[in-house]
This record gives sequence, structure tokens and C-alpha cells, in this order.
Amino acid sequence: MASNNQTTITAEPGKQELFITREFDASRENVFKAFTTPEIIVQWLGPRELKMRIDKFDPKSGGGYRYVHIDPAGNEYGFHGVIHEVLPLQRVIQTFEFEGLPEAGHVAMETARFEELPGNRTRVTIQSVFQSVADRDGMVQSGMERGVVDSHQRLDELFEKGI
Amino acid sequence: MRRDVFQAIADPTRRDIINLIAVNPLNLNAIADNFDVSRPAISQHIKILIECGLINIKKKGRERYCEVQAEPLNQVSDWIAQFHKLWSERFDRLDDILKKMESNTNKS
Repeated sequence: MASNNQTTITAEPGKQELFITREFDASRENVFKAFTTPEIIVQWLGPRELKMRIDKFDPKSGGGYRYVHIDPAGNEYGFHGVIHEVLPLQRVIQTFEFEGLPEAGHVAMETARFEELPGNRTRVTIQSVFQSVADRDGMVQSGMERGVVDSHQRLDELFEKGI
Repeated sequence: MRRDVFQAIADPTRRDIINLIAVNPLNLNAIADNFDVSRPAISQHIKILIECGLINIKKKGRERYCEVQAEPLNQVSDWIAQFHKLWSERFDRLDDILKKMESNTNKS
């Protein structure tokens, strides 16, 4: 179901960071829980066309995570990082690396902040800071699992039509 | 070095150059007159903008004018649009989950 809450992406040209901001009609307790409970994350974080599997998720300061998105052809796209800090109800700081890049070591630092708003609402702001402008732009382009899958599906459709 | 539209707009001077000549093509000297940086520096920025496909050189008589090729800039909005769609869909699913969580919270 679509909601009236708008997702805002802020990525200024030439900067190494981007922001994702969204408000939710739910308490901060529940929003924080939905972001830090693997059984819940698996229900929303994966792109629609992909299955998501969580190999590891240890949401505490000094913990870590790894998950994969699996496309219909069985290809796996892995992501992992270490969790620097979990400050209950307020903040999660972690690293993020897409394993599908041609070269390892391109890591971003993500900070998710959870803010209480009046009327039992919550604002989430995710700041991702990359090692370079090229890394930021490249991650968004090449890390788009959706694009990969969409093109596979289009190819499959073409094959089905016998073209 | 990368030569694409993202590299082209990564630098504030290059963004200013694009804005300056977006409506009126200018020659190199006229562009350089609008900036405090040296003419060779402006020349280098224009070279990069040409290599990134954002500027064309048009000859009029003995003068060479720089004009903007705006199409590659669409890649920038496409890039954000795709990323935005991915996150919007994620959060729409999360809305449904939170709705259930909220009604459970209220019951207990």
C-alpha cells in the first residue's frame, strides 16, 4: 500500500555522501525494532523481485551482518558490514560493502537516526558516507540489483516470445 | 580517469561553466572572463566537459564557441530516480509491517 509519507533522497553533485529520509506513522519503538530485527528486515529490505537471505545479523555495538539478494536465475548479490554502534531507539552506525563490485575495499559508513515526532510518528534519516564521489555515484549505479534483475526478466520475456 | 556526466558535474567551477553557457554559447576567453581562476584552469575544465560529452565546440568564422549538450544530464536524474524508487518500495512495504505492529502494540 502506498503511503502519503514521501521518501527523500539527497545526493548533491560532487559530494561523497547521500541522505535517505522518510517519516513513518508508527512509534519509534516499532520503527527501531523493524530496522534491527532480522525476521522483520527480511520482509521489507529486499527489492521486490528478489529473495533475501540473512546469513548473519548481530545488531549490537561490535556486531556484524551479511545478507544476500537472490534473483530468479539464482544469482546472489551479497552485502556485508560491521556494526559500530547500536544506541537503542536512537541510532545505528555500521559499514556497508557490496560484494559484487569489481574490486573489494569500497566501503561506506551508514548512520541511521531515529527521531520521535508528534502524533506517534517517527522520522528516519540514513546518511551514507563513501570513500570518494566516484564510489558514491558508482554504488548507486552498479549496486542497483533491480536494474540487473529487470534486464534478466526482460530477456526471459523475449525468449518466451521466441524472439 | 572517469569521463562521464557524474565526473563532469562533480566540480563546482564546471557546474558554473555549464550554467553560464547553457543559454548563450561563448568562446573560451568570454567564459574565462567570468571566473577568478586562470585561463589555463578554465581551459582544462572545458577539456574535461568536452570529454564527458557535455560541451560541443562550434566554429563560427575564426571563433570557436562552447555550447552545452544537455542530454547526458538526464543520466543524473535517472540515477536518482531509480535509487529513489528502490527505497520508496522498501519503505512502502515497511509501512504495512509497521501498521500491523502498531495495532498489536495497541491491543496489548
